[in-house]
Amino acid sequence: MNYAWPWELSRAGVLNMNRRNIRYIGPYNPRKFYKRVDDKLITKKLALANNIAVPDLIGVVSEQHNIEQIPAMVKGRSGFVIKPAKGSGGKGILVIIKVENDRYYKANGAEVTHNEIYRHVSNTLSGLFSLGGKPDVAIVEGLIEFDPIFNGISYEGVPDIRLIVFKGFPVMGMLRCSTAASDGKANLHQGAVGIGLDIATGKSLHAVQFDKPVEKHPDTHFPLSHVQVPHWETLLHTASSAYEMCELGYLGTDMVLDKNRGPLLLELNARPGLAIQIANGKGILPRLKHIESLKGPTMSVEERVAYAKKHFCDKPLF
Amino acid sequence: MHSRKPFYLFVILLFITGIGTSVYRGLEHNIPFLPGEQVQSWAIDANITFSGSNNPAEVHFALPNDPAFDILVENTTSPGYGLTITEEENRKAIWSIRNASGPQSLFYRVTLVPTGKLDITTDEEPTDTEIYLWPATEKDAAEQIVELVWSRSATNLSFAKQLMQLINADNQSQNMSLLLSTNTSTKLFLQMLHTKGVPAVEVSALVLEDQRRRQQLSNYVQVYQDGVWHLFDVVNNKQGRDNNVVIWENDGGSVLDVIGGRNSQVKFSMLNDTRSALTTSIDMMRSDDALDFSLYQLPLEEQSLFKGILLIPIGVLVVVFLRVIVGIKTSGTFMPVLIAMAFLQTTLITGLIGFLLIVSFGLMIRSYLSTLNLLLISRISAVIIVVIFIIGLFTLVSFKLGLSEGLTVTFFPMIILAWTIERMSILWEEEGPKKVFVSGGGSLFVATIAYLAMSSTLIQHWVFNFLGIHLVILGTVLVMGQYTGYRLTELKRFKPLVGEK
Repeated sequence: MNYAWPWELSRAGVLNMNRRNIRYIGPYNPRKFYKRVDDKLITKKLALANNIAVPDLIGVVSEQHNIEQIPAMVKGRSGFVIKPAKGSGGKGILVIIKVENDRYYKANGAEVTHNEIYRHVSNTLSGLFSLGGKPDVAIVEGLIEFDPIFNGISYEGVPDIRLIVFKGFPVMGMLRCSTAASDGKANLHQGAVGIGLDIATGKSLHAVQFDKPVEKHPDTHFPLSHVQVPHWETLLHTASSAYEMCELGYLGTDMVLDKNRGPLLLELNARPGLAIQIANGKGILPRLKHIESLKGPTMSVEERVAYAKKHFCDKPLF
Repeated sequence: MHSRKPFYLFVILLFITGIGTSVYRGLEHNIPFLPGEQVQSWAIDANITFSGSNNPAEVHFALPNDPAFDILVENTTSPGYGLTITEEENRKAIWSIRNASGPQSLFYRVTLVPTGKLDITTDEEPTDTEIYLWPATEKDAAEQIVELVWSRSATNLSFAKQLMQLINADNQSQNMSLLLSTNTSTKLFLQMLHTKGVPAVEVSALVLEDQRRRQQLSNYVQVYQDGVWHLFDVVNNKQGRDNNVVIWENDGGSVLDVIGGRNSQVKFSMLNDTRSALTTSIDMMRSDDALDFSLYQLPLEEQSLFKGILLIPIGVLVVVFLRVIVGIKTSGTFMPVLIAMAFLQTTLITGLIGFLLIVSFGLMIRSYLSTLNLLLISRISAVIIVVIFIIGLFTLVSFKLGLSEGLTVTFFPMIILAWTIERMSILWEEEGPKKVFVSGGGSLFVATIAYLAMSSTLIQHWVFNFLGIHLVILGTVLVMGQYTGYRLTELKRFKPLVGEK
């Protein structure tokens, strides 16, 4: 039998799509604040205003005739990233890791011609990658120098750390590592490896690829059972303070570790996916209910992080 | 969280109103609940003949007045005559002519549909009956019989029953034989009832038999008891009525009165016919001006338009169910509904083949367009134009090959096809062909299910004839919007989370 009974899932505290939409996103994420996370440009500005570190902004392309300025913008940089401000699900993100004599190369070594860049940005501006096909702007960002500590657990891409923040409490986390199958992208449905992280320590608990448990990275064969995410405390703080910044109660925060600058906030998500539960091998519902049942005065970021670390610690499932 | 009570009350209200109005329509207007139902109808011709005498003539003819039959259509043929139909308590046709000479022939034709309401009920108490006064020769005999039966009966009904039995008894008393020698049994029955002031009237009725001609009306007696008129056929010693008896005139009056003519008589011929129950009820509503809340009052073109539009809620319901409860992913939320609408025109297999051909051709051409580095709007526009070319090409080719099915591809919504091609092409570039097949296959699966639901004759019959059903669909969609349970696909997806224990 490949199907679970609904009551088994319910006993395991698995949050499902319909309940997430009706019970959590609906009541806790007011519509009017959506643009703070759906538009990455606004997120970036808000983050800077709140002293949250983000990848540096090289420039913004908002008109078709500005596309030609991109080569000048990125001159002298070793790499850059072009992303749609209103993209979703990692769509439309172009990562150039090497710039050599005005020629651009992707992580897999393939060259990206200027024409391809123009077309990509032009598509972005027309709204090809944005929600509902609305016209968009393209953000050009500096490349993240990814922390060598993660060498071996990610293949052709930067691993990112996703934390679900509920009413300001980090409740569940995972490390997403790209694989050959995911084409350098860190989205689980595209084949990235998801590693569940202990909220208390930042240590790996469980790892999956395509919803199946794995013990080693499929491409690098790096063992995933003893991964320790550095700067864990800062990551928790950054994620937790994102709550005050965007005022969304049910929030997904995506962060990366830069070699020089430490944790950077990449983007926020008002509709974070459910796969994090599979990566953790655990349902998220009991933790959400725990936070919902909390009474008493509003806690500060430090208090919330401490509370989460105390109550949401786990044993590895490897 | 605010209270959910008003919401559920609202949904319950929707359900009750929807089901209530549908049932009301079905029962009140006799709209059949199943398509293709048949009902019987009777076509009755009444032929009135008389000889005119070069004088003005006026013909009063009672028209059928029976709750057991509805009048579907009625018309008259009477060259040279003026006609009025009085819509008073007892409907009558009045023909008149300034000069009638020689044999005259008038026709009244009516189509009757049985309603099944055989009881003749009335709210009004009949007015006091005039006590019948017997002629001196019959007085003693009649009163003896009446007193005897009266003392042995309890109600009007039992009184009438016993009287009828006595009149039709094999060995009659001398008194009865005397009375019957001067009276017909029906008249005698009526007079005896009136002696005791029992409300009773003589009625004229027609016995329906298929393909009979030159029939005459028979006389019956209606006896009143507790709000119901009971029918007695004294000649045949029978109480109650069969469903093939039409009461033509029920007030004791005459059926036919001719002023200014002689030898008048009326003959009936009749024919039994079965016809569609739905058409019958629509004709009935049309003649009653009761089409107010029905789409049948629209012109035919709008009606057929609405027949299509009213299927959309069904398609939407299928999509909501398959997405919310089952969890199938489709490309474009309501694209499958529109594809299913096109399938209704093309039929399923032709539609599927046509869709796959158009989309795969479109994807090939789109892959060339993507190398041209075009703006999104012009690329989509180009795809739309190319889709039109493809459809035109397929239509021409299938026409040349003599495949009439191929001609129906024109029913596909072109803008939707263009967007489908665009989305699938992006999906192909970003996530590979496998995702394209999953998402395209999901869409086609949903479209097929929606098509199967929408092409069912039962559903087509219901959504058009019982508009209340749309309130039920609305309520169901609202309830499904509140469904927080697991989707069927999630039971599989999250299986790893329970498997290890």
